[in-house]
Amino acid sequence: MIEIIDLHKSFNGQKVLNGVNLKIEDKDVIIIMGTSGCGKSVLIKHIIGLLTPDKGSILINGVDITTLDTKELDKIRERLGVLFQGGALFDSLTVYGNVAFPLREKTKLSKMEIRDRVIQALEDVGLKEMGKKFPAELSGGMKKRVAFARTLISEPAIVLFDEPTTGLDPVITSSIHELIKATHEKYGYTGVIISHEVPRIFEICNKVAMLHGGIIVESGTPEEIMNSMNPIISQFISGSHEGPIEY
Amino acid sequence: MGLLRAMGSWAIAQLQTIGQMFIFLANALYFIFIPPFKFRLLLRQIRFFGNKSMLVILLTGSFTGMVLALQLFYILRKFGSEALLGPGIALSLIRELGPVLAALMVTGRAGSALTAEVGMMRITEQIDALTAMALNPMRYLIVPNIVAALIAFPLLVSIFDLIGIFGGYLVGVKVLGISSGTYFSLMEDYVEMEDIMIGLYKSLSFGLIVSWICCYKGFYTGYGAEGVSKSTTQAVVLCSILILIFDYFLGSVLFL
Repeated sequence: MIEIIDLHKSFNGQKVLNGVNLKIEDKDVIIIMGTSGCGKSVLIKHIIGLLTPDKGSILINGVDITTLDTKELDKIRERLGVLFQGGALFDSLTVYGNVAFPLREKTKLSKMEIRDRVIQALEDVGLKEMGKKFPAELSGGMKKRVAFARTLISEPAIVLFDEPTTGLDPVITSSIHELIKATHEKYGYTGVIISHEVPRIFEICNKVAMLHGGIIVESGTPEEIMNSMNPIISQFISGSHEGPIEY
Repeated sequence: MGLLRAMGSWAIAQLQTIGQMFIFLANALYFIFIPPFKFRLLLRQIRFFGNKSMLVILLTGSFTGMVLALQLFYILRKFGSEALLGPGIALSLIRELGPVLAALMVTGRAGSALTAEVGMMRITEQIDALTAMALNPMRYLIVPNIVAALIAFPLLVSIFDLIGIFGGYLVGVKVLGISSGTYFSLMEDYVEMEDIMIGLYKSLSFGLIVSWICCYKGFYTGYGAEGVSKSTTQAVVLCSILILIFDYFLGSVLFL
């Protein structure tokens, strides 16, 4: 379980997170939505331990990760998987090398075992024949899928998705959504997804939270959020110019 | 009062940057000795620094030796000491010009590319990805570059010196008419082990400076393409200045 308690973060005096409180149960898939620049990626970076909060705590299975040293934090990170916005594939490695990388570095599996798992992972994301290509030779959607395979190959208990479908066409977006759904069913991870694809992405999650003004203004099931009377949520989902959200 | 405050803030910011740079270096040096060692990455970076800089080193080394022969011959002829051309070229190259010019050329060729590469890895979240996988970016990214530079720089400087001496030979012996025996035999008499060691110490120091500064500037680059471009320029300028400053101080210390 992930529990975020009263999380605050400022950059150069500008408050980005202003007391975020959120509870994510095991095996939940939660969408965190919010306007661009509202601090969604900052929130995810806190969960990975890439940023340290000014105040507040983040409990992962009861352990406050904001108080851990690098070594202890790495033990928590070993159970996390992160799909970064741009994929964050290593340019110098092939697709195969990228997907195999976590296994080569973090496990003692034999070359054959790694090969079998990488081939299976690439097959899961529909890129079995792409192993020898370099990231620069792939399209945006392919990069995301390779990054997806790399994230899931170590079978993490928690997967964080930072805008997994940004910049992709509707067909590829659907295929990524399907992929998240299928892999969640297969591996049973806890998923935290940052996305703007609302309400489309609601079909793959069981919880939604809206981040606005540095706090979670509302959270609930997709149905509850869709029927919410909160004007911020209504405006965000409808995409209207008029409302409390200022641009 | 306002000016004083601005100067104070600037001074504090500079001190913080310098402190951060030394913490970065200390961290990198610490992880050099902590296993697991990344030999494949090290070999790749030795190739990056060494093999890929070879053409630049060969060209600059040979022409430095050639121009040195022309200029030294002109000066030595005034004193009737043309025979000292060989040792003059060799000592200038081994003690001074080889380490400095090779380091400046490698900074321009490999150092700038290194800052840009590490900087791109930062802005495309590849460094964050390493951290998120519980892998230390220092070990994977910085240590192989620093060790590779410490290995490649002395080798590149040696090649620069050798090719420079050969360039001097071509001009001195084949063009200006000094005998080949004089050129090399006096070189053997005048060049001592101490001179070679000075060149070695300098090349090791410059290797550390270039890899440290270029990695640091890439690692803490700013946002977007502009941030990377700015970091790359800063890295090249800072390395070049530090190479020349350290050359003087190392020269003074080692000379005394």
